[in-house]
Amino acid sequence: MTMLDETPLLSVTGLSRYYGERVGCRDISFEVYPGEVLAIVGESGSGKTTLLNCISTRLEPSAGCVSYRMRDGESRDLYRMSEAERRLLMRTDWGFVHQNPADGLRMTVSAGANVGERLMAVGERHYGRIRDTATHWLSRVEIAADRIDDQPRAFSGGMRQRLQIARNLVTGPRLVFMDEPTGGLDVSVQARLLDLLRGLVNDLGLAAIVVTHDLAVARLLSHRMIVMKDGRVVEEGLTDRVLDDPQAPYTQLLVSSILQV
Amino acid sequence: MSAATALGGDLATYNFAYLDEQTKRMIRRAILKAIAIPGYQVPFASREMPMPYGWGTGGVQVTASIIGPQDVLKVIDQGADDTTNAVSIRAFFQKVANVSVTTKTREASIIQTRHRIPEEKLQAGQVLVYQVPIPEPLRFLEPRETETRKMHALEEYGLMHVKLYEDIARHGHIATTYAYPVLVSGRYVMDPSPTPKFDNPKMDMSEALQLFGAGREKRIYAIPPHTKVVSLDFEDHPFEIQTFDEPCALCGAEGVYLDEVILDDRGGRMFVCSDTDHCESRRADGHRGRLSPDEAYAGHGKTEGEAVR
Ligand SMILES: Nc1ncnc2c1ncn2[C@@H]1O[C@H](COP(=O)(O)OP(=O)(O)OP(=O)(O)O)[C@@H](O)[C@H]1O
Ligand SMILES: [Mg+2]
Ligand SMILES: [Zn+2]
Repeated sequence: MTMLDETPLLSVTGLSRYYGERVGCRDISFEVYPGEVLAIVGESGSGKTTLLNCISTRLEPSAGCVSYRMRDGESRDLYRMSEAERRLLMRTDWGFVHQNPADGLRMTVSAGANVGERLMAVGERHYGRIRDTATHWLSRVEIAADRIDDQPRAFSGGMRQRLQIARNLVTGPRLVFMDEPTGGLDVSVQARLLDLLRGLVNDLGLAAIVVTHDLAVARLLSHRMIVMKDGRVVEEGLTDRVLDDPQAPYTQLLVSSILQV
Repeated sequence: MSAATALGGDLATYNFAYLDEQTKRMIRRAILKAIAIPGYQVPFASREMPMPYGWGTGGVQVTASIIGPQDVLKVIDQGADDTTNAVSIRAFFQKVANVSVTTKTREASIIQTRHRIPEEKLQAGQVLVYQVPIPEPLRFLEPRETETRKMHALEEYGLMHVKLYEDIARHGHIATTYAYPVLVSGRYVMDPSPTPKFDNPKMDMSEALQLFGAGREKRIYAIPPHTKVVSLDFEDHPFEIQTFDEPCALCGAEGVYLDEVILDDRGGRMFVCSDTDHCESRRADGHRGRLSPDEAYAGHGKTEGEAVR
């Protein structure tokens, strides 16, 4: 790792989110380094999505701080940035891959426009270049070039998810958030998507925060993981260590029950 | 009581120009704000008018709020002064404001329009009032009003180009021919109402004040005189206006917007000026087209259109 990489890209400190009386997530702190993939695992209702939405500025936390190191090297408190700055960050330096592709795609415009939208949003005004870039990214997610003018409605679930990924990566983000990216897909489609994601993350040196309740997904994609229960972090560590030698009783239970299936 | 003087006789129940003075002041405030922020959609408390939405209630309210006894009003619908819509709005203002009316673009101080900008260049002091059905240019891809407002506030206009991109991907060129989006004064993206894109260049640096009223949607927006208005496009697919293969069949005009008129049920048709005043003025000045009645009867000589070719 270079010197620069020793400064975290994202730091979360004492983050909590309540829904009225109910706890969404509580007192969470962790860091993500450039090029690092962090998995957030836990059972349903443990607070994974709440946490992901809070750190990606999609949901205001009740307490705590999230800071992000901008491209100029300066770390900024995300909730002290103006909305304009935050939205610019979200569509340039970040990506967000939703579990349901319909939430992350424009279903009524072509695949090419879905991929090109971010480029146009940052001022690209040359149709030919937008199209070339879209074609390139479609091929990187294994979508045939002749599907560029089709709407995602005409795509399979796996293709839609790959299109969503291309749409997010086209501006060269440094950090991608994913909420159950392989969630609704059947097993063979899942495996192919995971392979693709792993390749892209490696090639592009992306940092990623991946929410999943599937330990196999965490194993395959992530360097490090945190385990949540009832809105709290119960264990954190290198993925291989946590899965091979879980320390917290809850993680032990989780790992053993998964291995039995 | 000045302009607010109630009219006599059977119109005693109406205030001058139909709207009460309170309402006019409220609408004028919205208009002033719209002028101060060119292209920005200002909400206003749209009133019920004695005509259904879709018949230009937004434009009528704007006109009613700015019109005075000295004004001369012209009303056009698709360029024509003599359609039902134009005739009834003109009659309405004659009745409730007792103003002079005209069909001559040059003579009018206020021109209320649906779907066209007159061919004749507008002058300083004139006001063009557009009837607008849907004021929000971003709506077709983003139906949430909260989101479109935010997009305007933050100048996030990528979506407008997504629509143009789709046009090119599907048709090989930008196929949008009316309600073609513009950027006003380098800041707000605006829908010019369903005018043909042919008219977009006329909005740019116009001498006249342009006001837009959307009744059902309760929005007013404006382009003050001498304001930059740019049609959105791509570097490799620049904005272009429609062109016509033949001149006006009645007056021989070229470089104007033409409507197709079906002449019979055997496929006979002609293209004529959509701006009826423009066409009539030209004919009064002696210009002739291929199918001008006197030409047809005279049966000799070249028509102007052919002469130019
Ligand atoms: N909008 C909301 N209003 C009220 N409570 C909520 C809301 N969203 C989540 N919660 C509650 O917060 C807790 C954490 O929910 P969250 O959606 O973050 O869990 P999760 O780990 O993502 O679960 P899953 O695996 O099912 O997606 C749960 O108790 C949930 O019921
Ligand atoms: Mg969830
Ligand atoms: Zn003519």
